[in-house]
Amino acid sequence: MLYNEPSPLETKVLSRRFGLPDSASLATYLATEGYQAFLKAAGMKPERIIEEVKVSNLRGRGGAGFPTGMKWSFVPRNSPKPKYIVVNGDESEPGTCKDRVLIENDPHQLIEGVLIAGLAVDAHAGYIYIRGEYRYLIEIVEKAITEAYAGGWLGKNIQGTGFDFDLYAHTGAGAYECGEESALLESLEGKRGIPRIRPPFPAVAGAFQCPTVLNNVETFCAVPAIIRDGGAAFAALGIPRAGGTKMTCLTGNVNKPGVYELRLGFPVMRMIEEVGGGIPRGRKLKALIPGGSSCPALTAAECEGATMDYDSMAARKTMLGSGGVIIMDDQTCMVKAAMRIMRFYAHESCGWCIPCREGTTWLRKILVRFHEGGGTRDDIDLIGDIAKNMLGRTFCPLGDAAAMPTISIVEKFRQEFEDHLDGKPCPFEHADHKWDKPPSLSPGWDKPSGLSPDDSSGARILNG
Amino acid sequence: MADPVKLTIDGRPIEAAPGTLVIDAAKAAGIEIPSFCYYEGLTLQAACRMCLVEVEKMPKLMTACTLPVGEGMVVRTDTPQVHSARKYMLEFLLTNHPLDCPVCDKGGECELQDMTFRYGAGESRYADEKVHVPEKQYSPVVFFDAPRCILCYRCVRICNEGLGVGALGVINRGAVSEIAPNKGDHLECDECGACIDICPVGALTSGIYRYQTRPWEMTHTGAICTHCADGCKTTLGTRNGRILRGNNRDRSGVNGEFLCIKGRYGFDFYDHPERLRAPLVRVNGKLEEVSWAEALATVAKKFSDTLAAGGSFGVIGSNHTTNEENYYLQKFARQALKTNNIDHHRTGDVAGLLDALGARYDTTAPLRSRLDNGLTSRDREGAVARPTIPGGKEAGLATVSDPNLDNDVARLDNGLTSRDREGAVPRLTIPGGKEARLATVSDLYQRKAILVLGADLALEHPLLSFQIRANYRHHQARIYALTPKAVREDKYAAASIRVADPADSFAALEHLRDKLKAEPELVVLFDDSFQGADIARLVDFGESLGIPVRYVCLLDYSNSRGAIDMGLAPEFLPGYEPSGQPGLRLNEMLEANLDVLWVVGANPYRAQTGDTQQQTGDRRDVSETQTGDRQPIPDAGIGVSPRFLVVQDMFLTETAQLADVVLPAACAYEKDGTVTNVTGETQRLARAVDATGPKTDLEIMGFLAREMGVAADLGPWTPAAVFEEIRARVRGYDLPVATLAAGGAVQTNAVNGRIPAAGSGPQAHSDHNGLFASGTLGRYSKVLNSVLEGRVTR
Repeated sequence: MLYNEPSPLETKVLSRRFGLPDSASLATYLATEGYQAFLKAAGMKPERIIEEVKVSNLRGRGGAGFPTGMKWSFVPRNSPKPKYIVVNGDESEPGTCKDRVLIENDPHQLIEGVLIAGLAVDAHAGYIYIRGEYRYLIEIVEKAITEAYAGGWLGKNIQGTGFDFDLYAHTGAGAYECGEESALLESLEGKRGIPRIRPPFPAVAGAFQCPTVLNNVETFCAVPAIIRDGGAAFAALGIPRAGGTKMTCLTGNVNKPGVYELRLGFPVMRMIEEVGGGIPRGRKLKALIPGGSSCPALTAAECEGATMDYDSMAARKTMLGSGGVIIMDDQTCMVKAAMRIMRFYAHESCGWCIPCREGTTWLRKILVRFHEGGGTRDDIDLIGDIAKNMLGRTFCPLGDAAAMPTISIVEKFRQEFEDHLDGKPCPFEHADHKWDKPPSLSPGWDKPSGLSPDDSSGARILNG
Repeated sequence: MADPVKLTIDGRPIEAAPGTLVIDAAKAAGIEIPSFCYYEGLTLQAACRMCLVEVEKMPKLMTACTLPVGEGMVVRTDTPQVHSARKYMLEFLLTNHPLDCPVCDKGGECELQDMTFRYGAGESRYADEKVHVPEKQYSPVVFFDAPRCILCYRCVRICNEGLGVGALGVINRGAVSEIAPNKGDHLECDECGACIDICPVGALTSGIYRYQTRPWEMTHTGAICTHCADGCKTTLGTRNGRILRGNNRDRSGVNGEFLCIKGRYGFDFYDHPERLRAPLVRVNGKLEEVSWAEALATVAKKFSDTLAAGGSFGVIGSNHTTNEENYYLQKFARQALKTNNIDHHRTGDVAGLLDALGARYDTTAPLRSRLDNGLTSRDREGAVARPTIPGGKEAGLATVSDPNLDNDVARLDNGLTSRDREGAVPRLTIPGGKEARLATVSDLYQRKAILVLGADLALEHPLLSFQIRANYRHHQARIYALTPKAVREDKYAAASIRVADPADSFAALEHLRDKLKAEPELVVLFDDSFQGADIARLVDFGESLGIPVRYVCLLDYSNSRGAIDMGLAPEFLPGYEPSGQPGLRLNEMLEANLDVLWVVGANPYRAQTGDTQQQTGDRRDVSETQTGDRQPIPDAGIGVSPRFLVVQDMFLTETAQLADVVLPAACAYEKDGTVTNVTGETQRLARAVDATGPKTDLEIMGFLAREMGVAADLGPWTPAAVFEEIRARVRGYDLPVATLAAGGAVQTNAVNGRIPAAGSGPQAHSDHNGLFASGTLGRYSKVLNSVLEGRVTR
């Protein structure tokens, strides 16, 4: 189903079937050029497929933006081990909800993308790893997989091409960390979801220690279009060094929140005003997080002239990320925003490495206390300093993800922190878009939140 | 070896083998890179982030524990950025740490304290509430205090990888992550305490040691565990005459830091309330306490009178007493008591192995004076991750001409036929050549293939099992297990075959022949299911493989090997020289209605059965018969009582209850001396505590000799003097004193040609003690009896 009205400003490539009757069905898919790209790819040499993806300038849509074609080319073709395709559907980044609509509305597009990747790297099995909280999507995916098997689009000798491929759906248990690719693989293998030491990278030793292509749902969904229409056509949709369109999620203080497919390079202010219908109640933009909560926030001034693409965001020392745009109006308390973000990361830190485990929790405690009026002037610097001590020193990017928005908010909105000092009430608490008041203590050791040592089902063997 | 990689660390040019990790290369060069989670031999974690270093051309700080050296790499460990990373990492760690150092067991030897002292900040910026969880008890010996835990996962890894048990895991997430048993609220494991030992902080604490002392108040003494035959060094921490702790953090000894529950906690029998403190003499049918003088006089008089009357003597020695005591005992028996009726409980046919090898090889061979003394598997494994030290380690095997070999020849002339002598001409041997036929503990870690016959190593020989497992993990050694029951080795064995009947072993071996032939080398471990001719057949099989094969004859107790080496056998003098005259074996002595039976540290009137569960099960029966009423042992059905029974023991055992005189003896931790382990490696014992009341067996024997007026003939009875005599007189025991004194282990090599008296049928039977049983001794260990697993699995 769709959750928002489409915008005329969209460029519908990945979302072209959204809104069609029974869009998730194989019949609808086949009636709308479905699986044609696979058949075309089956007649192409694998190197040619990878070349086409490289030409398309497709960059990973999960957040890091690594060129997809290059990633695929790292898979050692002559490895004696089986190779795997793994779809990262662990969409947990706050502000991001695009993979969900892609899976809900057009699962066959994803399956086709996986098949083409399989052709490209000579893999014959794949896994779709779906976020624990999206468990209901499993039904949709499994229905699509069943249909595909029945229609001869999965299994042995697919459509007489001689290509075999098996695809499985797998669900996580609800951990943000499992969106990190190596933690996802651990989780897929049935272990505790903690990241692996890299190198080796998944392309060499991924699922079950075999070469693995691991991409985001949206990345795979873009592949059929690239093969069908050619890499150059896809590249032309975007801007140089960033081809195609981006599923962009507009959230926060915007009149028409939703998922919109926009060309890369789409101007930020136009996106807010025209696609999103502007900010409610005529308020002004205060801050914007462009790609999910792990990206540094931009001030309204910085948004002027910015475009939704990797380079423009990098120039503003932030990231396009996953395309989860969080729009904050002038009545938003930035201290509270930082607190809300940190509550998320402290809750989701897997606990593996010290700086992330302890840093996020410490920051959460300070920010909660600060927002409640218990902050001191030293705390302002301390918040920034703790975040900087985490940045670049954690095992995986989760620590960076927690540190970056915090650093940016403290630096860019320092005055708001000052306004909370000396026991003053939060200047924005009167605002009419109040959030739930957070508990002053989140579940901790004193109040075990779920698993306890008495609960043997919660025990896990680390690293098998 | 591939060419070394050249790199620079802190401006110093360094060479390291390819694949070496930067943290190890730095350590070898004397540059400390701090770490918590990195631990040599365990898998890499990169979790603690303490080892972050600057590497040129890398944008971020890198973890030195996961970064292999690269040609031309420029590493800096001493920059402001690195210092700041360490300082703030420690600040993070201390946010939730309770800082209860004044009462923490680890205080004084805590890695977190040391690191904070060296790299940490002087003050804390943390002002918020710390998370607290109450302490938990996971087993009688393992307590866990979560707030102290820094989550380095060493415990999880040592349990999983080192022990192959995997009893510990992690629950919860983020700052509330906790180490927890995988079985819910309690551990089901070997109870070895390795997790406690390896914990860098005081999170895991020992039920035995906790809150007993501050570490710096203890005196540390290197002892050898007196339970199984593996010969682990256990460093006993003592204070005020009490043993408080056993561990081996300094990694001296053949075991590195490995210890099982017996070595780490099983010392506690020494102050068991039932320990005998005064001699007992039977008066009117009851055992009554008397003075040492009276007891010794009674025994000496009986010995002298029996001698004068031409009466019969029998002497039964121990598997636990030192080489010196065993040597002196057999000398006492043969010279003073003029008897060859001397034996001990044999738990494996060592003589059969030595005979089989002696028939085929001159095994005089390298008296492996281990110049690498004190280096253990962990250090040696540094070969993987550490630059080689020129001339080190293996070089110690090169045997130079041994000045004592001439003496060997002279000694061998006694009692050997000319044919034997021919076969016995000492030869220089090539290191690692075909003559090196007796495996050492370190061979189990280093050789490419291991064949286990019969025994469940993980339960009966935990150190050997540990070594093999480490060999598998670090060197991908191939393991073959032919055992009657499922064993832990099955998990990683290249082949495991269930052989219910030992008679089928050779068929199973034939089945493996092609696989074994393809191995470059092999170590064979066999238990008491192979004896006499079977061992000869096994050695024939090994020889037919055409690869170098080394052997270990598995034995039960701490000095089982030393007992037979020292001639506690009617057929052998020390060093397997033939005694030349018939004598009674142990079982024959029990049946023979002797005039005097002298039992030193043994319990022959215990029902001798392989079923250890039964042995340990009747522990309570012993207490109930403490009165010492002389009565036949029901159900035991062994032997008849001698006319006069003298027993030296620590406890009123079944045998002691039958005795006419009981002399309380010191335990292994209360005496000096040497013991020889299952692989023939001799190590020194040092007295950790004084025994109040009991005397060492050597002293008791010496005093008896003095009372009888034969002390001068038998020579001095101090451990050092007797050891000198052993060195001079016993084949294979000319061991370097300095190495032993420094805590090293030296392999003896007691064979040189055939052993004429061997091969007279099976005589050995193993008790097959599991992890939580240890013959009679184990019944008096509170810890061994307290752990849940002991009730289930021993």
